[in-house]
Amino acid sequence: MKLHEYQSKQIFARYGIPIPKGQVAATATEARQIAEELGGRVVIKSQVLVGGRGKAGGVRVAKSPKEAEEAATQILGMEIRGLPVRKVLVDEAANIDQEIYLGITNDRTTRRPVMMASAAGGVEIEEVARTTPEKIIKVYIDPLLGLRDYQARDVALGIDLPREHWKPFGEICLALWRAFVDSDATLAEINPLVITKEKALLALDGKMLVDDNALFRHTDLAEMRDVDEEATAETEARKYGLSFIKLDGQIGCMVNGAGLAMTTMDIVKLFGGEPANFLDIGGGAGADKVAAALRIILADKNVKVILFNVFGGITRCDEVAKGILAALKEVQPTIPMVVRLVGTNAEEGRKLLADAKMITADTLADAARKAVAAAQA
Amino acid sequence: MSILVDKNTRLLVQGITGNEGLFHAQQMLAYGTKVVAGVTPGKGGEWVLNGKVPVFDSCRTAIEATGANTSIIFVPARFSPDAIFEATDAGVPFIVCITEGIPVQDMMRVREYLDQKEVRLLGPNCPGLLTPGQAKVGIIPGDIAIPGEVGVVSRSGTLTYEVLYALKLSGMGASTCVGIGGDPVNGTNFIDCLDMFEADPHTEKVVMIGEIGGTDEEKAAQFIAAHMTKPVVAFIAGQTAPPGKRMGHAGAIIEGGAGTAVEKVKALEAAGVKVAKHPEEIPSLLQSTA
Repeated sequence: MKLHEYQSKQIFARYGIPIPKGQVAATATEARQIAEELGGRVVIKSQVLVGGRGKAGGVRVAKSPKEAEEAATQILGMEIRGLPVRKVLVDEAANIDQEIYLGITNDRTTRRPVMMASAAGGVEIEEVARTTPEKIIKVYIDPLLGLRDYQARDVALGIDLPREHWKPFGEICLALWRAFVDSDATLAEINPLVITKEKALLALDGKMLVDDNALFRHTDLAEMRDVDEEATAETEARKYGLSFIKLDGQIGCMVNGAGLAMTTMDIVKLFGGEPANFLDIGGGAGADKVAAALRIILADKNVKVILFNVFGGITRCDEVAKGILAALKEVQPTIPMVVRLVGTNAEEGRKLLADAKMITADTLADAARKAVAAAQA
Repeated sequence: MSILVDKNTRLLVQGITGNEGLFHAQQMLAYGTKVVAGVTPGKGGEWVLNGKVPVFDSCRTAIEATGANTSIIFVPARFSPDAIFEATDAGVPFIVCITEGIPVQDMMRVREYLDQKEVRLLGPNCPGLLTPGQAKVGIIPGDIAIPGEVGVVSRSGTLTYEVLYALKLSGMGASTCVGIGGDPVNGTNFIDCLDMFEADPHTEKVVMIGEIGGTDEEKAAQFIAAHMTKPVVAFIAGQTAPPGKRMGHAGAIIEGGAGTAVEKVKALEAAGVKVAKHPEEIPSLLQSTA
């Protein structure tokens, strides 16, 4: 789950990381009021869950409350990479002397969290990694010991941080680590962490990603989820315990198991079609789940055919067939459907579906071929 | 004739009185696996499955009484790390964790702790393993595979069943099928299994089923090139997966341009591995390898 900049910075502040004074506004009038309270120059920053806000014109400096209102009016009317801007953060502007990157993420290869820093802050870390990887300092953190003071010093040394800043920088590193662990984050990033002309460290921008699997112990974070920012189909799917990702093709896929669902998409493509989605209905396949999945797939008007691919293991095919029949009765799709049932009780399952006017297939290749033909008809 | 589990496996089921645990304990018992004990704290002294399996309050007491040498975990995600620690400290040398949805930071701590002990973990978020005709430790349907000489290792569940079933239809059987799971941090990886299959005298060929995310397939390719004499056939799921999206499995995500199917296929082919375009090609590719 992605958190907004303002949410991430509020969490950082709780751990003692210095952030600019500022508040979130949903209207231009509010933005003006906040600017009045702050006084002086402010920065108006769009709060959307995509990168590249600055380049898209979603971050602007304003010298007066009037300018803040104008900037907020413009930004609140914008769409950034397809997402409408619903909120802006109004922050006190900083006098920037130097920009640093500081972040923690999980490294799959070493199976450890890694703290990364670079003196080339302000740009995306992926960009730095691509162009000047030697400028990124990494320290790997023992998950049982946590980040140690000496490691924070190693980071400071590695980015040639002037000695006068070591102490506050070390405190920020440790605070970021605690925020990362306590929030079950998969990313906690300050970019940029600036040194101001007044010689203070300040987290100007913040980003956090939280492990969805850990939300059961973070109800406060779970409430921060901005459902306006995700595709409605994905929100709907989560309600029913379905894993769904929308794609751009015409062949809707309904599959049990994530690996098999990916494979079904791949084989559709291999035979000349384009998958409309990834959808894993998971274990079991009750009528309610299948019906929800059908509705989600059919909500996409590009879909011309639905391909069911079910391998019956513990979940028997006849049970799945009953689920499909009940769901069809409820949803009544009018487009062609191809179904492939294999595994435990597949024969019984196929018999149950014989009258359902579905195109049947025996193999994966056969199913893909028939689905592609039906989509092109 | 197998790796990791066989007819000498004495299985302990953690979470045996839950719905999943009880159902699968019964399935494993019916397959012929020696399910010797169950653990559910607070239910010690009860018997389940028509009085065939005793329930204990702790792993330690269960092992003392039954000599269990393998544990399988069917407890909810929030309790699973503790269940793994308990089994480890009770001295179980091999632990299989079926549970899906364990937070990744928990798994990093678990793995760090286990690495300091002589313990192997399989999973989490995996279907377990099956040595056809000898032992089923997990949730792989027993009737879709027959005993044979093909070792199977996979990050997936139902996709693995597809492959086992396709092998069976072609008259080929499996020595052992291992599901290593779909999480980014797990206990046993491809290389561990490839190494064991290479050493197992009854495994002649190996099927490896990977998917997008991480670089374990690339590392496995290097291992195959350097250490494997037995032929390996592979399949990689997720050719059409968009970057930055988690495809069902927590570990199946292309991040920062890394972990794509194209890269994995390239690495495997460079290592001399035949890579199937779709799973149904696997039996014929196996037949074409010497």
